Amino acid sequence: MFRIIKKPELSPGRAVLSQILAILVSLCAAAIIVLILGYNPIEFYANLVKGALGSAYRVRATFNKAIPLVILSLGTLIAFKMKFWNIGAEGQMCMGAFGAAYFALNFSHLPAYVLLPLMALAGLVCGGIWALIPALLKVKFGTSETLVTLMLNYVALRWITYLQYGPWREVGGMPKIATFEANAVLPSVFGIHIGWIIALVLTVFVYILMTRTKFGYEISVLGESQATARYAGINVNKTIVIAILLSGALCGLAGMVQSSAVEKTLTEQFTGGLGFTAVITTYLARLSAPAIIVTSFLFAILLAGGSFLETSMRIPISMIYAMQAVIIFFVLGSEFFLNYKIVPRAGKGGAK
Amino acid sequence: MSAFLISVALFLQVTASLGTHVLLGTLGGILTERVGNTCLGIEGMMLLGASTGFLVAYNTGNALLAVLAAGAAGAAGALIYAIITVSLRGNQVVTGLALTTFGSGAAGLIGMSISGKSLPESINNVLGIHTIPVLSDIPVIGKMLFEQSPFVLGAIFCAIIIYIYLTKTNTGLNARVVGESPAAADASGINVTLHKYIHTILGGFLCGVGGGYYSMVYVGRWQIDLTAGAGWISVALIIFAMWNPLRAILGAYLFGAVRGLTFKLQGGLVLFGHTITFSAQLLDMAPYIVTVLVLLFITMRNKREYQAPAALGSPYFRENR
Repeated sequence: MFRIIKKPELSPGRAVLSQILAILVSLCAAAIIVLILGYNPIEFYANLVKGALGSAYRVRATFNKAIPLVILSLGTLIAFKMKFWNIGAEGQMCMGAFGAAYFALNFSHLPAYVLLPLMALAGLVCGGIWALIPALLKVKFGTSETLVTLMLNYVALRWITYLQYGPWREVGGMPKIATFEANAVLPSVFGIHIGWIIALVLTVFVYILMTRTKFGYEISVLGESQATARYAGINVNKTIVIAILLSGALCGLAGMVQSSAVEKTLTEQFTGGLGFTAVITTYLARLSAPAIIVTSFLFAILLAGGSFLETSMRIPISMIYAMQAVIIFFVLGSEFFLNYKIVPRAGKGGAK
Repeated sequence: MSAFLISVALFLQVTASLGTHVLLGTLGGILTERVGNTCLGIEGMMLLGASTGFLVAYNTGNALLAVLAAGAAGAAGALIYAIITVSLRGNQVVTGLALTTFGSGAAGLIGMSISGKSLPESINNVLGIHTIPVLSDIPVIGKMLFEQSPFVLGAIFCAIIIYIYLTKTNTGLNARVVGESPAAADASGINVTLHKYIHTILGGFLCGVGGGYYSMVYVGRWQIDLTAGAGWISVALIIFAMWNPLRAILGAYLFGAVRGLTFKLQGGLVLFGHTITFSAQLLDMAPYIVTVLVLLFITMRNKREYQAPAALGSPYFRENR
């Protein structure tokens, strides 16, 4: 028989190595699925990379997914570090975009340098408030944050749909919201919208916040054990509420960036499910802010390449979602072999 | 008055048909969580069942085979979850979420060839609405229970069986011990790993069947992400039901009633001679908002006997004892 023992400790280098290995194995597993579906896996991956990075236009499309993904993942990171399972990035992103769009549509006479900060602020506030609801319910009554954040995603998505088909519908023609005026659109730097600078600055901000400040330390302690945090004199409820407010605010900002710079309006599909993808990228990055840039890009390549595959090889985008999950399955599984080893039982006198 | 009773009966009929897939999902979740596994993958397993069931129904025309295939697809999803969380001790929350993403994607691939197609008549003849004579004439509840798809009574039957299983049989009680205290279960000779696997997989089977009901009977069509969050409502209803299969019936039908009401209100409501109309999109929010309110209500009462299985969410390491 075998028994499982815990390995003494884990070097960070080995952890990263095993993670990369797990991702490679999962890409092989995905290749098998592609083969079963009757396509050529080599052609599949070639098209995937070509679709994501094949031309300046496609690289821009990849960035358009990577930038919001980084910001959403940073927001998700703050919550996950506390083991507060905020699955609500999608809804917080919607509400942030809603706040930003309100100003974009109603205050378009303002100059860009006033309007854009106003929209960003509205995004932060609306995203934060949307996250505040589950945080307060959790702190006051212990209501499951996973479920409340999820339910609020559906509410927020339907709210955008309501605006699009109802009060904000453009007069005449298709049910859509008016395109933003030029002064409500974020400018570009080096051919890519300025969101990339925002994402980088926020990455540094979250990294410093989580590793170099008292508040970040309190969040980490809370994630390890609420009892320890309380014993150490941390105001648990206050820390949770502030951290989640920040988490939601970042996701709301991602909504502002996406609606202003990429969509230049608000549509019911503008999130493209990125809020859900952010859960995976955050976990894959092992809750480290710099690593989020890597995982977000990897997944942006999958998503952007995936939409190219739809037209070039007629493989539905579903394949990409299945692949994302397969990657995380393998990474989750690999952690076991990282933390434990299986040894033969020492058979002393045939003990069970 | 009799006209009123008839409209109540019709409303209850709609309620039950709208609550059945949610009920099956909730029952599957209860089985899974009773052995201590947090079940966030219901939506994914439902989608797997919905597309696989439809695919088999479309290609074979055999209803029984289609239902079994839907269940098997859900069970396969649960098996992945069990391998990662039970054997490899992965994080249950993240694995469950990933299972939902996987289910959504894989179901989309499985359903590629059947998107928008309709089912052969042989399937509708078996799984569609059957009117049981005499019983369906019972006032108020007759139509709800006896003029329905066989799934509706089947789901209620499952709830009763699972209730008896968990409260009256040895195996069921053993399973609950695993969920409350795996160490105690292990010490008294219960095979913790086996119990976790079997109940998780059976739970996945029920979720898959629930998805199959939704695609094959209720909607009669397959499209990507067909269930639109019904699986998440089921997750919430597990808490509403306090892990009790009989209360799950109540919860699922409450959901069905809210959903039915929103459909009715879309046509407008006549009040004191004025017709009030509601936006379809805003009404669509209702089930989710009601779910949050119900969760809130349940957690505010927070009584001891309403609590989750004690070991829910934590993997069991014999070596860490």
